[in-house]
Amino acid sequence: MNQRGSLIGARVPKRDAPQKASGRAVYGHDVRLPGMLHGRILYSKHPHARVLAVDTSRAERLPGVKWVLTSADNPGTRFGYGKDNIPFKGEVVRSLRDEVAGVVAIDEDAAEEALELIRVEYEPLPPVFSAQAALAEGAPLLHPEHGSNLFQGFHYEHGDLGRGESDSAVVVENQFRLPYVSHACMETSVIVANFEPGGRLTLWSTTQIPFLLQRDLAEALDMDGRDIRILQTAIGGAFGRGLDIYPFEPIAALMARKAGAPVRLSFSRREEFQATPVRQPAEVVLRAGADKHGRLTFRDVSALLDIGAYVSWGTVTPLVFIETTASLYQVPHVRFQADCVYTNNPITGAVRGYGNPQSTFYVETAMDRLAEALGMDPVEFRLLNANQPNTVTPQGLVITSCGLKECLEAVAAAADQGSAAGGQGADAALGWAGAVGSTRGGDTTRRRGIGFASTLNVGGGARIYRSDGCGAIVKVDDFGHVCLVTGSTEIGQGSETVLAQIVAETLGVDIAAVSVENSDTDTKPWDVGVHASRTTFIAGNAAHLAALEARAKIFETAAELLQTDPEQLEAHAGQVRVKRDPSRAMPLDQVVRRRHFREGGQMVIGEGWYDPPTKLVDKATYKGNISAAYGFGAQMADVEVDVDTGVVRVLRLVCANDVGRAINPMAVEGQIEGGAQMGLGYALTEELLVSQGRVLNPDFLDYRLFTAADMPRIQTIIVESEDPGGPFGAKGVGEMGGTPTAAAIANAVFDAVGVRITELPMTPERVLAAIEAGERRTRP
Amino acid sequence: MKTLVSLTVNGVAHELYVDTRRSLLDVLRSDLGLTGTHRGCDSGDCGACTVLRNGLPVTACLALAADCGGDEVLTIEGLAVGGSLDPVQQALVEKGAIQCGFCTPGVVMNAVALLRENPRPSELEVRQALAGNLCRCTGYVKIVEAVLSLQEAA
Repeated sequence: MNQRGSLIGARVPKRDAPQKASGRAVYGHDVRLPGMLHGRILYSKHPHARVLAVDTSRAERLPGVKWVLTSADNPGTRFGYGKDNIPFKGEVVRSLRDEVAGVVAIDEDAAEEALELIRVEYEPLPPVFSAQAALAEGAPLLHPEHGSNLFQGFHYEHGDLGRGESDSAVVVENQFRLPYVSHACMETSVIVANFEPGGRLTLWSTTQIPFLLQRDLAEALDMDGRDIRILQTAIGGAFGRGLDIYPFEPIAALMARKAGAPVRLSFSRREEFQATPVRQPAEVVLRAGADKHGRLTFRDVSALLDIGAYVSWGTVTPLVFIETTASLYQVPHVRFQADCVYTNNPITGAVRGYGNPQSTFYVETAMDRLAEALGMDPVEFRLLNANQPNTVTPQGLVITSCGLKECLEAVAAAADQGSAAGGQGADAALGWAGAVGSTRGGDTTRRRGIGFASTLNVGGGARIYRSDGCGAIVKVDDFGHVCLVTGSTEIGQGSETVLAQIVAETLGVDIAAVSVENSDTDTKPWDVGVHASRTTFIAGNAAHLAALEARAKIFETAAELLQTDPEQLEAHAGQVRVKRDPSRAMPLDQVVRRRHFREGGQMVIGEGWYDPPTKLVDKATYKGNISAAYGFGAQMADVEVDVDTGVVRVLRLVCANDVGRAINPMAVEGQIEGGAQMGLGYALTEELLVSQGRVLNPDFLDYRLFTAADMPRIQTIIVESEDPGGPFGAKGVGEMGGTPTAAAIANAVFDAVGVRITELPMTPERVLAAIEAGERRTRP
Repeated sequence: MKTLVSLTVNGVAHELYVDTRRSLLDVLRSDLGLTGTHRGCDSGDCGACTVLRNGLPVTACLALAADCGGDEVLTIEGLAVGGSLDPVQQALVEKGAIQCGFCTPGVVMNAVALLRENPRPSELEVRQALAGNLCRCTGYVKIVEAVLSLQEAA
């Protein structure tokens, strides 16, 4: 571990893994404070109604109940991106997950029982359950003060669409229907709130945006941000769930304030599926063309998105739709329109990939159709149009490193190897554990196919806010222990470990000598949040800068002691030594002590702040370079479709990703493999069924995640393109694992049975219906 | 209604006076402070609360505490004794099979049960044994790899 450079690229186990493996990690549900009470929320019984009266008297008399809260307890301010949300809804409810009242009790059972004793009188209002219905003339308005159910439209274009059309030798057109998806974090939402006697609020939270949440909560609670401290517990899955303020957070604080005691508010699994934000459903119409040489000519996309009853980050996903539509492959002419519409359906938020799984699905389906129309090999067609290093896209994305070509070639090679091996080997035997498949005719009803898809993802931050920065502090103590205090957040992705590797490498110390503090807004420097696959790049650069500053101080003192210049020194194996004469060396901790314990002594503290050289997207044109680097990837899906049952079985998924440089290949693989599990679910099994505003499948029995027995063999291939702006050349990888998966599988289904599935997930019913419709067309 | 239950948890005998409606999971977490056993769904679907009851893996959310009289229960806290991890725990750590870690205790308990019953499981057997433990982070790739690595050592 002490060879120079050995920590970068090392498969270092996750720092917090022993705690988690032994059941000692403290999650939100595990926080216990003296005198802690328990809160539960009463949700609306109607998707759209006027609230006439709330009678809490019977609930208040139930033994064990301390307080019952209603809209009378609201601070009177609004919160959220659209400033359209409040804690308890006292006048109008707009969805079945609207909070009407809350109970604080000595335990969860008493609180739950009390909910049933609250009497709410409603006057139902006409609801709207689809974006089309919400835009129809005379549709009931969700937020009359907004004047329309159309919250926001996004229009983008580059080039000249007419010219793109006339340059085309082939044109394809499809409509796509994309489903609701839940994060399905294994840990349900939870928060603990406590007011100190002086009035300061402490929250134990699973948020991904501690500093933005401070600000948002200050607004929601009508408090000063300096009076809010957020402590992040171990976080049992995030995937975008914690990227915004949601009503349960101010509600927990209101409960704690009223009770004068700490209050824990935790969701049941049913509540988690019903009340947390979801990926918004969308309907997309796409036209795309290519010329006779196989060059892309144009893309024309219009999308209608149902954002639910309030605005959260689900509303801004068109920004990523635009990025994929305009910049995945080289497209000279692009037009894009998306409308985000209020309905009485569940609120929609950010889910891992954030618009990218959706847009990659339609773009890559069109790529496959164009290749087919041209009679070209799908990989050759993609390679011909692939993004290239050191280019600027018409959208203004400055692409520095780019390994898309290498990724495509890698998955194509893996596909060839698979077919050479005959395909039906041990790998195939693992798929779906023999649980499915036709019951008659042996294998004759099964058809094999392979499909490809690529992905483009921000890999160097994403300037969605005014600052895309992160701060870091590196302290080296008298014993040579190094503490990194980082603004970034650990959500299981391994940021602690990767950042510790960067710091240890820079200071030439063992990884075990570095600890990471990242959970307290009072202590850690600002960070915009853990999203957009940004942490390795942004927090990594900040940690690197802080470590370099600490090292400069150590070298300054060591140079005096070793009678040389600081530039002549290097840090290695816990020593500071002269590069050209390594025998002249001192232990690093000794240098720190000599600097400290002397007249006019100083400590070794380095400070780093990194905000990438990017711009906020232009509000009128949606152009501009929002990320300092871009990650690329390609996937190959090898599937088997049973034409009798419509069951799609993925036998093998090969994932190649350009990550710049893999600081920790084991963690990179983990991100890709986990992303693939979500991508497989998006493709085949996961759909939150919403009817009349109601979630019909709020449990894991009916909302199907891929299990260990369902998973195909996942092969990950890491492509290293050495990004010039990343720490040690690294780029982000957090979201790319699942973005091209649905498209690759849909293209493989086409290869197998010759039908295009344009509605997700590709359930057996949908696949069978498409196969039967295809047969009717070919045999009239 | 409450009833007196005697059960042994991680080798320690307990006499508990518990409401008959309460689950083993609730009693482990709330009464005994053993919060390493996680509540992911409370309906037996996710496996996060898997413990060994008389040596067999069960989802503690579906077991009534009052029914556990005389039982021996092993939770995740009972595995790592004296600070050194069980080989299953160690393998999950070293193979990168832990991300958010919420499912991990249940995965560990199920894998321990599998390996006691079948020290040399095939990959298919490992995948089937862990099919009741949902994980949202890892795609199960490194979990399966970790359990199989123990088979090789056996």
